[in-house]
Amino acid sequence: MHAYANPARFLSLAKPLTLWFLVVGILLIAFGSAYGILAAPADRLMGDSVRILYIHVPTVWLAMGGWTSIAIASIVQIVWRHPLAAVAARGVAVPGALFTALGLITGSIWARPTWGTWWVWDGRVTSVLVLFFLYLAYIALANASSEKGGVSRVTAIFGIVGAINIPIINRSVVWWNTLHQPASITAGGSSIDSAFLWPLLVNVVGFSLLFGAIVLMRMRAILAETKVEARLRRMAAE
Amino acid sequence: MGLFRYAPIGAKGRTVEQEKMKAKHQRLTLAILALVALIGASLLAAYALQDQASYFYTPSDIAEKQPKAGQAIRLGGMVEEGSIQRGADGVTVEFVVHDGTAKQAVTYTGITPDLFVEGSGVVADGKLTDGGVFRADTLLAKHDENYVPRELDGIDMTGAQNKTETLVQ
Repeated sequence: MHAYANPARFLSLAKPLTLWFLVVGILLIAFGSAYGILAAPADRLMGDSVRILYIHVPTVWLAMGGWTSIAIASIVQIVWRHPLAAVAARGVAVPGALFTALGLITGSIWARPTWGTWWVWDGRVTSVLVLFFLYLAYIALANASSEKGGVSRVTAIFGIVGAINIPIINRSVVWWNTLHQPASITAGGSSIDSAFLWPLLVNVVGFSLLFGAIVLMRMRAILAETKVEARLRRMAAE
Repeated sequence: MGLFRYAPIGAKGRTVEQEKMKAKHQRLTLAILALVALIGASLLAAYALQDQASYFYTPSDIAEKQPKAGQAIRLGGMVEEGSIQRGADGVTVEFVVHDGTAKQAVTYTGITPDLFVEGSGVVADGKLTDGGVFRADTLLAKHDENYVPRELDGIDMTGAQNKTETLVQ
């Protein structure tokens, strides 16, 4: 892994990957969403509002996956001191917050016709709102870090501690009576009809690639910024 | 021992590389310990919160806890098949909520959500009356984890109904 500690080597891999992730991701999202909106059937009870699932599920999964990767990167930063770990964690924070917000908004729009309310303070909805606030706090801490390009150790520790919310979000519908339904897709199988399932899976892959592309772009931008700063400092010194 | 304490890194037969490895292992152990402690703490907290963090009471909870009449509670469960009775005024609805073991009669006045059908999940805010009937102020529908297309559902329910209607015409 330390082979990619060299930013030049990382960039030579990240540059083409960004483009591929972006192009394939957008194509998959366009296809999955178009199919989901136009061709997939309506739900027996929810009717057409079921179609918001194709955006809601991928964004919330990635919101949770985002913090999981922040936690892993934070452990790598603290234990192995890999120079790119902090850059990666920082790159995930902003798209992670964005996807959490998207998940909350789409969920709210779905809840109005389905549940009969825009918002409830049940275990699942509240724990995802907490995840959104954790992202905001992480971004603030990362921006306050004096480390060039990376994040401070306090920020990394916060990234690890905050990960405790991820299993809580996942288990909230099992531990507590919630208005939100239990998981439809588990390791044991899916209770979503295949007519809904496969456009959903296309969108999950598509959104994951888009998320990856945004993270790579952010990482490249952070590395470029530190380079500019270092160069300016050198010029000022001369 | 005193001698070794002030010895430079690389003493005691260890290379600088080995000392670095040792520090890394220490950090790793510390990180794992911290993670285990965190997970343990949150599991304990979640366990303790079990009752308080629940969004609603089931009919069994109500039967067990016997809340006082007039106390604001939130009831959740499944609408019993064949129990929905619409009042003459058109907006009052009476039905029975069950959770497999206990039952609770509910009355609600207002517009019901689209998903409010027999066999579906509901969550209602309200209070118990002296007669033991739950008077709901708000009624929310709870969706289950099953997603079924309209066409497939029609095979057993709507299809048969449509057929009957066509036959009658």
